[in-house]
Amino acid sequence: MMARKKKDKSQRWTLSDSISALIPINDNFDTMRSRNARTGILFILPLIIGFLMFELGPLIQSLSMSLSTVTLIPGQGYQLTWNSFYNYQYAMSVDPYFNEYLVQELGRMAANSIATLVLSFVIAVILNQKFKGRTVARAIFFLPVILASGVLPGIESQLTFNMLQGVSDEIAESSGVNISGALQDLLSVSGVGSGVFTVLFDMIDAIYDIIMASGIQIIVFLSGLSAISPSLYEAADVEGCTAWEAFWKITFPMVCPLLLVNAIYTIIDFFMKNDNQVIEWINNRMTRGFYGPSTAMSWIYFGVALAFIGVASAIISRGVSHYEN
Amino acid sequence: MRTKKVKLPQEKKKGSANKRSGGYIFKAGVKKWTISIVRGLLIFGLCFMIIQPMLTRFSMSLMQEKDLYDSTVVLLPRNVTLDNYRIVFDLTTFPKSMINTVWVSFLVSVLQVAACTLVGYGFARYNFPLKKLWFACVVAIIVIPPQTIATPLFLHFREFDVLGIFHSLTGEPYNMLGSITPYALMSITCMGLKNGLYIYMLRQYFQGIPKSLEEAAFVDGCSTLRTFTKIMLPDAMPTVLSCFLFSFVWQWTDLFYTRNFIPYNTTTPMYSTELSSILTRMSRYFAADANVAVVVPPARQQQLVSIGVLVCCIPLIILYIFTQRTFVESIAMSGSKE
Repeated sequence: MMARKKKDKSQRWTLSDSISALIPINDNFDTMRSRNARTGILFILPLIIGFLMFELGPLIQSLSMSLSTVTLIPGQGYQLTWNSFYNYQYAMSVDPYFNEYLVQELGRMAANSIATLVLSFVIAVILNQKFKGRTVARAIFFLPVILASGVLPGIESQLTFNMLQGVSDEIAESSGVNISGALQDLLSVSGVGSGVFTVLFDMIDAIYDIIMASGIQIIVFLSGLSAISPSLYEAADVEGCTAWEAFWKITFPMVCPLLLVNAIYTIIDFFMKNDNQVIEWINNRMTRGFYGPSTAMSWIYFGVALAFIGVASAIISRGVSHYEN
Repeated sequence: MRTKKVKLPQEKKKGSANKRSGGYIFKAGVKKWTISIVRGLLIFGLCFMIIQPMLTRFSMSLMQEKDLYDSTVVLLPRNVTLDNYRIVFDLTTFPKSMINTVWVSFLVSVLQVAACTLVGYGFARYNFPLKKLWFACVVAIIVIPPQTIATPLFLHFREFDVLGIFHSLTGEPYNMLGSITPYALMSITCMGLKNGLYIYMLRQYFQGIPKSLEEAAFVDGCSTLRTFTKIMLPDAMPTVLSCFLFSFVWQWTDLFYTRNFIPYNTTTPMYSTELSSILTRMSRYFAADANVAVVVPPARQQQLVSIGVLVCCIPLIILYIFTQRTFVESIAMSGSKE
């Protein structure tokens, strides 16, 4: 550990280092380290150009909007008057719903993302096994990716009357069969841990939504699983490793880096969902003319999202080992 | 006589093998069967849940209008017709919009994935100044919804100009909207739909490839670009392919970028925008007079929208079935794993 830390320090880029690595006429230019740095920058050049060209301007604009009072001038656009952090204060303490929605959505997101991750991992492991009709099953599990994307979820919610929805609700009502409800009654009689049960049964009832949200994660896990060389399992089998042990010692560590990707994707997916109350509320405020506060709200929302991602990746990357480390 | 003699010992041997192993073979067989039955049930249940709405849509799509109001018709259509498909094709200017969508999606996703692969590799392997800052930018692209930057971008492309070059040449800024150029530009600079995610995925994958592979290539005198294309890229192919797939699908159904950067016109219709306005167009289609909108019955609306959704999904599923084979085959291609 100590050695690694020392190495990190020697690899840090100081200002003079970075400048001399980019300017041809000095000793530092032709070192291996500078050459690698230049190659690296060349590789990420598309991102740098793109970010500076398309993303930075709008970001600064939005940030300055969140820090000022926006007054619309008819025919000329808008005018900004600096009011320091008033908008943020407004969002957190004056606005009636923002706080409430934010806390609610965070709770829902935490529960749902864990469920999504576990479910998608299990499904991916199963789909990676060899069985009859695997291609068909894989194709079906790809459907959520399509159905949850772009124009498709919105188009059917525009309908005045949705027959697909209506029929299944009607069947459930008329037949009186509500399996998860009955189970819940049965289990909650004992009265132990009813809070946990409620969360669990909410998830079971929402399994369709969870499956619909886990299409991408399944594919990502599958691509990782299919890249594991079968010879690893053969070797483990010869050494007397059981399937359970092989799962925890081979499959899980090999897919771990993707776990991080998936966790982040899942969190972001929940943050960006259109049926998200917070986003709905921000849009609502925006259309009612509260420009400053609504941009402040979206910045708070980004901040919370970033913090969540940071915590999740810190927790998960503890367990993930990269070859380079 | 002889054949009998040969058969008998074999049967005996099978039973005795189980006995000699202490019932191991029998147990293993039972275990195998139980696992496959449980697995089958689980997969079947989940698949059914996903596919049931699609099957309902499909059967609905074949019904004549009178079947929709007949309460004795539930799952299977009584009067089968393909006429509905023709109507939907008319409504969405079908072959034209689909061809456009295929072409745009393919171009955009290839550009996006190519750029993201390069950037992901750069982040995974090289150490350069401000690396953390640039990576924070990647995370920012992932987190910030495209809606926030849409309007400024729109204006940006309407009056596109780099350092006043176009202004000095032609006297006015260059209006890029209405063509594929803004789209292609954004794709090649990793600013397309969810591109931060692809960068992140690919970086994560490249980090997992042992460094010794590249070191060996370097010692053998392989150039950086060659190492990338001959060693790293084949190894990362499953991930690159899945990124391509996501990119293609998201582009295919995307409404947001399409609507903003390829404004609607009749010469280049895109399927997603056509589909999104299908309801308003429907009411005009069924009216006798082109200027009057009629109210289309809800069931009919749903039927036609369902067909639109089905038509949208089918090419993507076919594409997936082909690419997922390559996922599996790419094991053989991938290099050594430590």
